[in-house]
Amino acid sequence: MIRAEELTFDYEQLDEEGNVESKKRAVDHVNLHIRPGKFIAILGHNGSGKSTLAKHINAILTPTEGTLWVDGMDTKEEDRLWSIRQDAGMVFQNPDNQIIGTIVEEDVGFGPENLGVPVDEIWRRVEESLSAVGMLKYRHHSPNKLSGGQKQRVAIAGVMAMHPRCIVLDEPTAMLDPNGRAGVIRTAQKLNREEGITIILITHYMEEVVEADHIFVMDDGKVVMQGAPREIFSRVEELKRLRLDVPQVTLLSFELQKRGIPLPDGILNNEELIDRLCQLKSKM
Amino acid sequence: MSIKIKDVNYTYAENTAYEIHALKDINLEIPDGQFIGLIGHTGSGKSTLVQHLNGLIRATGGRIYFNGRDIYGEHFSMKELRSRVGLVFQYPEHQLFEIDVLSDVCFGPKNLGLSREEAERKAKAALRMVGMGEENDHRSPFELSGGQKRRVAIAGVLAMEPDVLILDEPTAGLDPKGRDEILDQIQRLQKERGITVVLVSHSMEDVARYVDRIIVMNQGQVRFDGTPQEVFRCYKELEEIGLAAPQMTYLMHGLKEKGADVDADVTTIEEAADAIEHWLKS
Repeated sequence: MIRAEELTFDYEQLDEEGNVESKKRAVDHVNLHIRPGKFIAILGHNGSGKSTLAKHINAILTPTEGTLWVDGMDTKEEDRLWSIRQDAGMVFQNPDNQIIGTIVEEDVGFGPENLGVPVDEIWRRVEESLSAVGMLKYRHHSPNKLSGGQKQRVAIAGVMAMHPRCIVLDEPTAMLDPNGRAGVIRTAQKLNREEGITIILITHYMEEVVEADHIFVMDDGKVVMQGAPREIFSRVEELKRLRLDVPQVTLLSFELQKRGIPLPDGILNNEELIDRLCQLKSKM
Repeated sequence: MSIKIKDVNYTYAENTAYEIHALKDINLEIPDGQFIGLIGHTGSGKSTLVQHLNGLIRATGGRIYFNGRDIYGEHFSMKELRSRVGLVFQYPEHQLFEIDVLSDVCFGPKNLGLSREEAERKAKAALRMVGMGEENDHRSPFELSGGQKRRVAIAGVLAMEPDVLILDEPTAGLDPKGRDEILDQIQRLQKERGITVVLVSHSMEDVARYVDRIIVMNQGQVRFDGTPQEVFRCYKELEEIGLAAPQMTYLMHGLKEKGADVDADVTTIEEAADAIEHWLKS
């Protein structure tokens, strides 16, 4: 679905005459391969290059060096731009910056309309997308009366209506309350499981990625760790050095290990730890 | 240096079709030096409430007393109130505008009528407090990382040496380390200088870890007011109003349901580790 080969990107700072004054390497020779239908998470501290990488996936940015393919299309080929953007949709952090319609259903219909989809088909997609994100009953509402989490779900529906094969979510929950956050993550998981859409989630909340298929960790523009959540979150101290964290329950298990309680590495959820602890207690 | 909020009501667009009753009969007392967490779902009235505390919004009913003086009274100086109650908005780094970090942080104290030297002295002290070293003083705010910008913006408010510091989601969008660094620094300030801190947050984990007292807002009213243990004990009610408890609370209640004799009131990792260790060894 997505393949990066030696992907490198430099931000250039120009002086008043338009000459390059300085360069900052944001993505540094990244190689990765994401297969269709996977739920992928990208972690990394502020400034590690994860958003810059994400912006390559729907060709907002194109590589300074190296190549990125979306569904076999090289993002540097300008005539493929619209097919790439239709294939890989993007949802950003601030819900207020990405909604343009005055009514929810109009907003969701905007994408397919721009793609030249026939009117009947647009309405069908609007209905289908809004029900997929659980917002169908708000179709006639004004977006500015919705909560942040609801707005994000409408933004996701807007991307869905373009029938993408992949959705990139760049910190979609950073501005949301706990309920809004849970709703957005549940929606992404549902689209992944039921519609087979590839999800690429960028987040600073470790709890949101424990069910991902694969995690990439970035630092200084490079992929420095990758693997299943259990492998990644077993490396508590390494993650802390990268300014990251592990889910609270993982950290608690780590703390208990240090106190001599025999627990395996990388416990990811409460149920798992509760079972382990009850087993230990019964053997004592 | 206490703040007393008495029967405060606030209605947006009163007597129009868009009328919204954003705050209903709020009564609160905020004593000196407390670290308070203010939580509530989007639209619950938290931001409206904190904007009353430094006079940015005027209550449509009720009174607010700052050190016993009515802030709506005739001789009360709103300017003074705003220098004593500092408010850091969401995404404050969007409001950085000066040519360098130091000038940006000087803006507040200069506006209070301080000399350039005095303003710079306070600005430098505030920058060091938030962990921004001297080497950054003359850099453009726009060259800084997200976490650094956020700290400069907070320093801009600290430079006015407020007695009360209100922060609206100060860690949104920051990486985990950045989150911890900012909250650790704020906690240190609160402990060392005895200032009052009101932290508006969507992170139950952060609130559990740092604050002495949690105030929960729902539909413009105060729904709970107590210690983290007291408030998170009502996690089912919190869920009904769009909130949650820290993961530790769920873990401990889960253990208890399996018959474990543990203290389910713990809310932080350290407390949970102690409680579990104690139970396993008993």
